[in-house]
Amino acid sequence: MAKSATLAITDGQLRAAINGLLKDLLDKEVVGAILVPLAHPAGNNVVPTLVTSSDYLERADVLAPVMPVNAARIIQTMTRLTPANVKTAVVMRPCELRALVELVKLRQAQLDNLYLIGIDCPGAYSVADYAGFAAEKTSDEFARAAWHGQEDPKLRAGCQVCEYPVPLMTDLTIGLVGQDLSQGLVLTASSARGEELLEGLGLTTEAPDAVAKREAAVSRLLEKMKGIREKFFEETKAEIGGVEKLSEVFAPCIRCYNCRTLCPVCYCRECFFDSPTFELEAERYLGVAGKRGAVRMPADTLLFHLTRMTHMGTMCVGCGACEEACPSDIPLLKIFQLTGANVQKLFDYTPGRSLDDELPPTTFREDELEWIGEK
Amino acid sequence: MAEGENGFEPKIIGFLCNWCTGAAADLAGTTRAQYPPNLHPVRVMCSGTVDPVYLIKALLSGADSVMVGGCHPGDCHYVSGNYKARRRIAMLKNIFESLGLDADRIWTRWISASEGPEFAEAVREITEETRQKGPNPLSADWAL
Repeated sequence: MAKSATLAITDGQLRAAINGLLKDLLDKEVVGAILVPLAHPAGNNVVPTLVTSSDYLERADVLAPVMPVNAARIIQTMTRLTPANVKTAVVMRPCELRALVELVKLRQAQLDNLYLIGIDCPGAYSVADYAGFAAEKTSDEFARAAWHGQEDPKLRAGCQVCEYPVPLMTDLTIGLVGQDLSQGLVLTASSARGEELLEGLGLTTEAPDAVAKREAAVSRLLEKMKGIREKFFEETKAEIGGVEKLSEVFAPCIRCYNCRTLCPVCYCRECFFDSPTFELEAERYLGVAGKRGAVRMPADTLLFHLTRMTHMGTMCVGCGACEEACPSDIPLLKIFQLTGANVQKLFDYTPGRSLDDELPPTTFREDELEWIGEK
Repeated sequence: MAEGENGFEPKIIGFLCNWCTGAAADLAGTTRAQYPPNLHPVRVMCSGTVDPVYLIKALLSGADSVMVGGCHPGDCHYVSGNYKARRRIAMLKNIFESLGLDADRIWTRWISASEGPEFAEAVREITEETRQKGPNPLSADWAL
């Protein structure tokens, strides 16, 4: 079976070419359903939608620069208890795929019958900014400009410093990087399921040149993002380091827990912070206030955020959903990426890379971290 | 509690495992080993049960240092709890460092049930070093 293929783009219509591919998946009965972003009739949002009739796929817009939710959450809702009973293709951005891999490892989602289709991601705007964009430009124009290396300061914070704008673990990749998007794009299968999709679509001619072009361009892209991230970490450390600055950063927190709700890997059914563990009686709060002279209420704001960093740090995929969800514009993505990247480095762990990498807090090695507990 | 020269007496919250460090604390007591009264022990069944949230909570609520005490690596009563604790503590210290907070206020000691003198020595060491550091700025801030 073929591992790669080119997809021709007719009259420069990139979106139409991708939608044609998705339509074929349903019409040729390769899969029974597709979870894919569809343009909302209101015109101001593009929303993940579960589609079984190919008539709706004209509305599909996988490159539209908006990600209202991390779709890994949707797969979690659908498959936590029972896997999909129909072959279902899911078209996801790299950060969504990575979050899904983490959720599978956490036994919060099941991949049976799912065909993961990852896209090379040109980034996204906040939902609010997208409405303005959609009134003026098309996703084709956006995607072309992005891959021509045009910097876009309006992209979401997470997208600006994205470590992996290309899929890490997926069955099939819709490859745009390094391709002439007026002519065609490249599809690459990285698993038996991916090959099954290509076979079902009748795409049997390998495209080694396009694959090689993409691979070279991908390594250049990752190198570029690495440089951007190094600078970003330095700036962030200066911006938020120390008790005083940290206090300032979290001063506007209203404790709505939106960051927790929208985080794709913050998975507990019942959160510690919804438990009465630190909910004290009047007497105790008054005691704390009495000792210190004053105590901010609701209490434990920094505790909440620091705890989330320890719980989610190793799994943070940097999708930026937390920052998007924050009504007080706290730079959560910055803080979580800085702390997350360092913790991930500590355990040489890349969230979302592979189902075989064990979650760091669930395992250990005898010969590691020997400096902990030393005099 | 006798106050130090600068008027500062550190408060240290210790999470001591039932089988090793907790038993060592008992031994230190029954053998009348002398050590400062600054450590407030909390008995836990295993160092592996200590979620970082409790260490952070202590540091935000008046502790000047926190300590986790467990069995020596390889000797955990529950086989591997202390190895998991080690990862969690390393993670927490790493996050504190990233944020410019004082990771050296988070202590770990592996002390077996027979090591009463070692326990007394550890409390002396942690108390003295914390005294040198001065009060924990995290617990002084009402607005966090």
